[in-house]
Amino acid sequence: MSGDTTSERSGWRSAAEPSVERVRSGARPGDVSGLVEYTLRLGDDALILSQRLGEWITRAPQLEEDVALANIALDLLGQARSLLTYAGEAEGAGRDEDALAYWRDERDFRNVLLVERPNGDFAETMARQLWFTSYQYELYDRLRASADPTLAAVAAKAVKEVAYHRDHAAQWVLRLGDGTDESRRRMQGGLAAVAPYVDELFDPDGVTGGLGAVAVDPAALREPSERHVDGVLDRAGLERPPEPAHVARGGRRGLHTEVMGYLLAEMQHLHRSHEGASW
Amino acid sequence: MVTRGTTTATAGTTRTAEERARRVAADVPDPELPMLTIDDLGILREVHVDGSGHVDVDITPTYSGCPALEAIRADVLTRLDEHGMPDATVHVVLSPPWTTDRISADGIEKLRRHGIAPPGPAGGAHGDGRAPVPLALTVRCPRCGSPDTRELARFGSTACKALWVCGDCAEPFDHLKAL
Repeated sequence: MSGDTTSERSGWRSAAEPSVERVRSGARPGDVSGLVEYTLRLGDDALILSQRLGEWITRAPQLEEDVALANIALDLLGQARSLLTYAGEAEGAGRDEDALAYWRDERDFRNVLLVERPNGDFAETMARQLWFTSYQYELYDRLRASADPTLAAVAAKAVKEVAYHRDHAAQWVLRLGDGTDESRRRMQGGLAAVAPYVDELFDPDGVTGGLGAVAVDPAALREPSERHVDGVLDRAGLERPPEPAHVARGGRRGLHTEVMGYLLAEMQHLHRSHEGASW
Repeated sequence: MVTRGTTTATAGTTRTAEERARRVAADVPDPELPMLTIDDLGILREVHVDGSGHVDVDITPTYSGCPALEAIRADVLTRLDEHGMPDATVHVVLSPPWTTDRISADGIEKLRRHGIAPPGPAGGAHGDGRAPVPLALTVRCPRCGSPDTRELARFGSTACKALWVCGDCAEPFDHLKAL
């Protein structure tokens, strides 16, 4: 019983109740700046994709899809809140989730370029969803065993949600790929459009390498993610697009594409104009 | 001896206070499924009262982004305050993750009575993290009991629900997804 209580209490607590004492007491391998950086990457991926998916609300092809994409965006936003709160606590500079989401500028965001891509048509969004959910499912599945109890707790919760997101993407890719000539053409086009942005998901670097058992090696996620994507494409009668002529990367270092500034302007301006606004 | 006696008495008082605090917190309805309490849903975790009377309540979200959590936090604090326990803190804990298997038998029955098809067992579906999305193979219509039902949309009116329709009585209904 006492063991249970301890493990429950090692979980994430909300911004209103910063668990600074746990951050101090946690025996954590690696230095804190690496942990902050890694947690920001996870949180920013979820936050920025949530913002993009939210743009579909009232514009999706069916009412049910409005609801589905909003629900998926909400799950991602919840994950982002947990992760950004924790990044702020680990950093110890007094920044909470709102400070990190609304008061950082473009160069300080650590998300991959894939998630900031404009939505394109519905097929392109589903191509992005198929790749990102396949990656994120494998990531969270392994992160459940992280040496960091807070990251492990966030991942154990989120992996169950992402299983639904991944299935949602797969169902649509199957339907579009195995649908009409037009839907197949669009789906194939969507896959080609996101292809240059896939590699960055699996880039290892000094941050992930330096964190040992706290982080998951992104390179190890490539094979299982590709296997899942290839399986879906096979069943959908779609082809894996040819190797892209160029590969885009840089998001993990804060080097974003032109669209990121517009995304942030929309996401941040209300809070910056009316700090703490809520409804 | 005197010391031990005092300690035992204090522990006894704390236990009683804890049971009272738990009963009060357990009675808080879920904002989105008001026919169920947060205890029915398994959202309420630990309730502790320390020697000074401070109450610590642990709650866990159903989904990471569940917006009901802030309302639940406020409701728990209000209820405790109304029952003479103003000195309280609500903590959000994530581990172990919530699962629909935490919904009590009473809660399952209340869901059905209110037209929401309850979840099947999630147990093991994600146990090793390798299983696919749990599939609801026999969702019975909560209105007429027919097994002739089909899923219209896996993502419904809230994060935890899917939209289904009955082939017999033709009524659409919510189904709480196994998680």
